[in-house]
Amino acid sequence: MSFRILVLVKQVPDTRNVGENAMKADGTVNRAALPAIFNPEDMNALEMALKVKDERDDAQVIVLTMGPSRAADVIRESLYRGADKGYLITDRKFAGSDTLATSYTLAAAARKLMPFNLLIAGRQAIDGDTAQVGPQVAEKLNLPQVTYAEELQDVSGASVIVKRRLDRGVETVKVDTPVVLTVHSSAEPCRPRNAKRLLSFKHARTVTELQNEVKDYTSLYNDRPYLEIEEWTADNLKVDDEWLGLSGSPTKVKKIENVVFKQKDSVQITGADEDLDKLMKDLVDSHVIG
Amino acid sequence: MANFFLDNNHLKFHLEHPLMKKITLLKEKHFEDFGKYDDAPEDHEDALDNYEKVLEVIGEIAGDTIAPNAEEVDATGAKVVDDRVVYAPGTEENINKIRQANLFGLSLPRRYAGLNFPIVPYVMSAEIISRADAGFANIWGLQDCAETVHEFADEQLKEDVLPRFNRDGITAAMDLTEPDAGSDLQAIQMKAHWDEDKKTWLLNGVKRFITNGDADVSLVLARSEEGTTDGRGLSLFLYEKNEGKMIVRRVENKLGIKGSPTCELVFKDAPARLIGDRKLGLIKYVMSLMNSARLGVGAQSVGIADAAYREALDYAREREQFGKPIIQFPAVYEMLSEMEMKTIAIRSLLYETSRYVDVYKAYHFISEDRKLEKDERQEMKKYQRLADVFTPLTKLISSEYANQVAYDSLQVHGGSGYMKDYPIERLYRDARITNIYEGTTQLQVVAAIRGVSNGAYRKAMTEFAEETLRPEQEYLKKLLEKMTAQYDKAVRKVREQEDDEYWNFHARRLVEMAGNILTGHLLLLDARRDSSYDQPTAKFILKARSENVKHYSYITYVGMREANDFKKS
Repeated sequence: MSFRILVLVKQVPDTRNVGENAMKADGTVNRAALPAIFNPEDMNALEMALKVKDERDDAQVIVLTMGPSRAADVIRESLYRGADKGYLITDRKFAGSDTLATSYTLAAAARKLMPFNLLIAGRQAIDGDTAQVGPQVAEKLNLPQVTYAEELQDVSGASVIVKRRLDRGVETVKVDTPVVLTVHSSAEPCRPRNAKRLLSFKHARTVTELQNEVKDYTSLYNDRPYLEIEEWTADNLKVDDEWLGLSGSPTKVKKIENVVFKQKDSVQITGADEDLDKLMKDLVDSHVIG
Repeated sequence: MANFFLDNNHLKFHLEHPLMKKITLLKEKHFEDFGKYDDAPEDHEDALDNYEKVLEVIGEIAGDTIAPNAEEVDATGAKVVDDRVVYAPGTEENINKIRQANLFGLSLPRRYAGLNFPIVPYVMSAEIISRADAGFANIWGLQDCAETVHEFADEQLKEDVLPRFNRDGITAAMDLTEPDAGSDLQAIQMKAHWDEDKKTWLLNGVKRFITNGDADVSLVLARSEEGTTDGRGLSLFLYEKNEGKMIVRRVENKLGIKGSPTCELVFKDAPARLIGDRKLGLIKYVMSLMNSARLGVGAQSVGIADAAYREALDYAREREQFGKPIIQFPAVYEMLSEMEMKTIAIRSLLYETSRYVDVYKAYHFISEDRKLEKDERQEMKKYQRLADVFTPLTKLISSEYANQVAYDSLQVHGGSGYMKDYPIERLYRDARITNIYEGTTQLQVVAAIRGVSNGAYRKAMTEFAEETLRPEQEYLKKLLEKMTAQYDKAVRKVREQEDDEYWNFHARRLVEMAGNILTGHLLLLDARRDSSYDQPTAKFILKARSENVKHYSYITYVGMREANDFKKS
């Protein structure tokens, strides 16, 4: 029996380079105006999974993402870095999902991929910053969860040891598997794409993508069936349509405000040691640093 | 989030050179690996796409990891602890990333777990990494040693060693120089003797100035023929670090490329395996190794020049004096334009030479499988000859230009450039080695002057001149024709004295004149493909013309008698 690790990843708009049209009038993110990237903390999650694979020959890393057709990009990126297989959960019915509908859908997909030993996700996605999806998936699957994971220390037995990065320190916990982990950005950054895997998997496509290709992939896919990225729609999952997408999403954006930072008051300090000491003390006291 | 491949359009431009079609076809042997290996390309376009994809990975590692680490690596340097080299932490991280991405053994065939990269994209990788950190480029670039093993070692040794480059990411070193054998490798004293009991060769002696000397595998040049004193008594051996019979006595404290450990090594009864045949170590294998190492220094030079130019450009745009950015002053923008032009010029020369090497090496490996057809043999010879004369020219011009560009870049920075606060001081120090190691500029002249005396450069000029260009390029071509006539006169003038020493006295000037003309032609051909090269091409040819006029007049003024006055004892 192999050691199976599910990794939840998400394609997100690159909110670090926000332009004028970043938000739509209804307060939702204008995805078309921003480049799509691999959610940063999901990369940390993928690395955590791949590290287990470095240590255990029997480990298998399966990547799962929910999104439109182009979200297959993050699956390919995962395959280039060492993941074994990828699933794209995609359906028009999923459009407009909030965290509740998303975790409902992802949990259904994860259930279909049971049994697994670890389910690892990034702590939060940079488009919503909710940090809710991982924990909600855990609850729906009735599994223990460890949030803010920074390092997996022992994966040899039926339980794992996880180091958590918290605001005021580090906590080390031991937890039975299967378990859901959400990974903090302080965890090890993801390894680069592997040149050989990149060349081997560059033709990996979902069925939908294949239909839109000009090139005929039939013989290539007959020889190399592993190139197929599996695509699941709502019909492939045991789900109730009521709980999906907009109808399954109670969250509504009420109002959106632009926050402009303003200078209130200023303090002049000299380069003298005592002034610098005082500045450091003030910054620590006001929790700006430390 | 920087990518040193994607932010540099010149690389893609050279990757798409028309000759690449022949190169991928030969290197991939009509794409015979397709279907056998999942990473093998199907056709030319697929191969180019593969190179681009891998270069993108290298560009990302260079931009996001190697470049940000460069300052720390330079400050910390490599050390010796308990007879072993300890890299700077940044170097360790760089190597680790390169290993994770499977970027060692790039050029090896797939049957030895390599990526079967031609020289062009391989040299491009070297340029990209050098732009990030020239010192690290040495550690990475010594995977070249695998190429020497691949070319000359027996099958057993190849199967033992080669797959480990890509799979395990082993590092390599070439152990040539000794305290009394630097430029003159024939004087090597390191001993190799066959031990009948142990059934192995044993190495004894000292190596000095060895780059990355504590690598996993080392190619060691040693005297296997007792009683000999010249190069014909030397053979090449492969030593593995895990034998534990070699220690690092010291690491040199250098001016630049401080992350690249330069080691003094002591071998004591160190078991080693013979590469290829005895006695061919220096005269055949090392010559080949040196040629690819020279191309490596060419890539390093282009990378440093590119980095130095970018630093100067950024600084000149930001720095304001007398109420405006200094880039707006003629004295500054002229320097910047020249730096850019020089970088573009040496890049053209570098990839042209790389293409020559690619074609003839690909034929060489095909000839191991089957007899070459007559026209293939002729083509192989043609490109080999071109590679032989263009390699020293590339090494010479690119390393000298890299120094000039770094010098000017520091100048643009003014007083700030002299401080440790900006990367330019490191680039300036790093550049300084490029025209020294793998054969000094003066020794490149010794190799390149053959291209003057045997007419190889002249022939190349004639062939380039036959190319049809765009009408608006004709005036520059005419200028190159004038320069060629002047070059002929200069060669005649020096040659008619029939004096070797006088010939050598003016050798560098003649080589540089030829280099200027040839590079001018190459740039015109680039500009024919892409008119954005028009400006730098014009700048280069005008400059080259004035340089050649200067050289020519100096040759006219300094005859035998005047040259004699320079003698020192």
